[in-house]
Amino acid sequence: MNIIISNTSDKPIYQQLFEQISGQIIKGELPSNYSLPAIRTAAKELRISIITVKKAWEELERHGFIYTMAGKGCFVADLSKGEVTSLRNEMVNEKMEKDMEYYKELGLELNEIVDLIKKHY
Amino acid sequence: MNALEVKGLNKSYEKFHLKDVNITLELGYIMGFIGSNGAGKTTTLKSILNMVHVESGDISILGQNFIEHEVELKQNIGYAFGGTDFYTKKKIKNITKIVKRFFENWDDNVYEQYLKKFKLDPDKKVSELSEGMKVKYSLALALSHDAKLLLLDEPTSGLDPVARDGLLELFQELVEDGTRSILFSTHITTDLEKCADYITYINNGRIIDSITKDDFIGKFYLLQGPKDKVKLLESSMIAFKTNAFGFTGLIERNRFKEIEGVEYAAPSLEEIMIYYAMKEDQNAEFTI
Repeated sequence: MNIIISNTSDKPIYQQLFEQISGQIIKGELPSNYSLPAIRTAAKELRISIITVKKAWEELERHGFIYTMAGKGCFVADLSKGEVTSLRNEMVNEKMEKDMEYYKELGLELNEIVDLIKKHY
Repeated sequence: MNALEVKGLNKSYEKFHLKDVNITLELGYIMGFIGSNGAGKTTTLKSILNMVHVESGDISILGQNFIEHEVELKQNIGYAFGGTDFYTKKKIKNITKIVKRFFENWDDNVYEQYLKKFKLDPDKKVSELSEGMKVKYSLALALSHDAKLLLLDEPTSGLDPVARDGLLELFQELVEDGTRSILFSTHITTDLEKCADYITYINNGRIIDSITKDDFIGKFYLLQGPKDKVKLLESSMIAFKTNAFGFTGLIERNRFKEIEGVEYAAPSLEEIMIYYAMKEDQNAEFTI
């Protein structure tokens, strides 16, 4: 599992953790039942607060990316292809909704947005 | 279990009052105690340890009332106060010989490890140690009797960046298994941005907040904008400063509504401290 924390980014650190780990799960880089490091160990290794890691793990669990076994730790959920796709879409939708609001505020029309997306993809 | 619980602590000096201080620190976490010089950090730590007489307040450590169980509880507490000098003409190893007798759980192996880790020479006299080395020696003593609660007053001051980083890493190692807690005061706020789980912020003898670091930083926005927008925000900002190019100010998030042309971002701990200190100064001017 690879994680790179940026202290200069605007994104809260738990969000960075969440996005990177969920991304790796969606792409299949982290297999089902892969054991995530213990919260306290991860905090020590990454030099961030225990509570931040906890929050990230909670978010991952809430979205269904991981599950907890009491006393044993957290593991990557056993997701079918369909479930991975729907989780991915859920996350993309969440982000796109926010982005669209922003573009509308700037007065962009749909075709302009589509053109810009094409240009940047 | 709570490693430390402070309730309704009050302590008055002629010109300074510690007012109704409440702090709770769960076992297994690191709490940073911040505030400017003279805000009451050391007084609070000393009050916790019954080193100064307090007017009122309840202190429990590891679930037990501290006053009632002071002697036993001190076995479980490690503390290091900056500026407490040991007898300066004695060699470290001789001081250790005396100190270790007080602790039932003293572990010579652990002590030796820390001497090595901190590169302390047991044959040196205290007077020959640099400030940073003194801090490390205090810590080595505090850590060698398996303390469950560490109360450290400015442990990182006087240390160079490399030593500071090493110390913070050690703090995280110490709490990793969840059986120890660390409360340390500092005014080097970058120490905390990394490793602290909780922040207790004291200003002029009063606790402004004692919550998780993420929640603490998440409570505020740092605003930046053109000067003509100051009027709109003046009454709701904690404090602000203006310069030739506009203004910057601190505001609680729940009091802020987006205004065109005003940028907002998460502040650093240092910025929060600076603006609170400014507010204090402004209030002082009003009362004069």
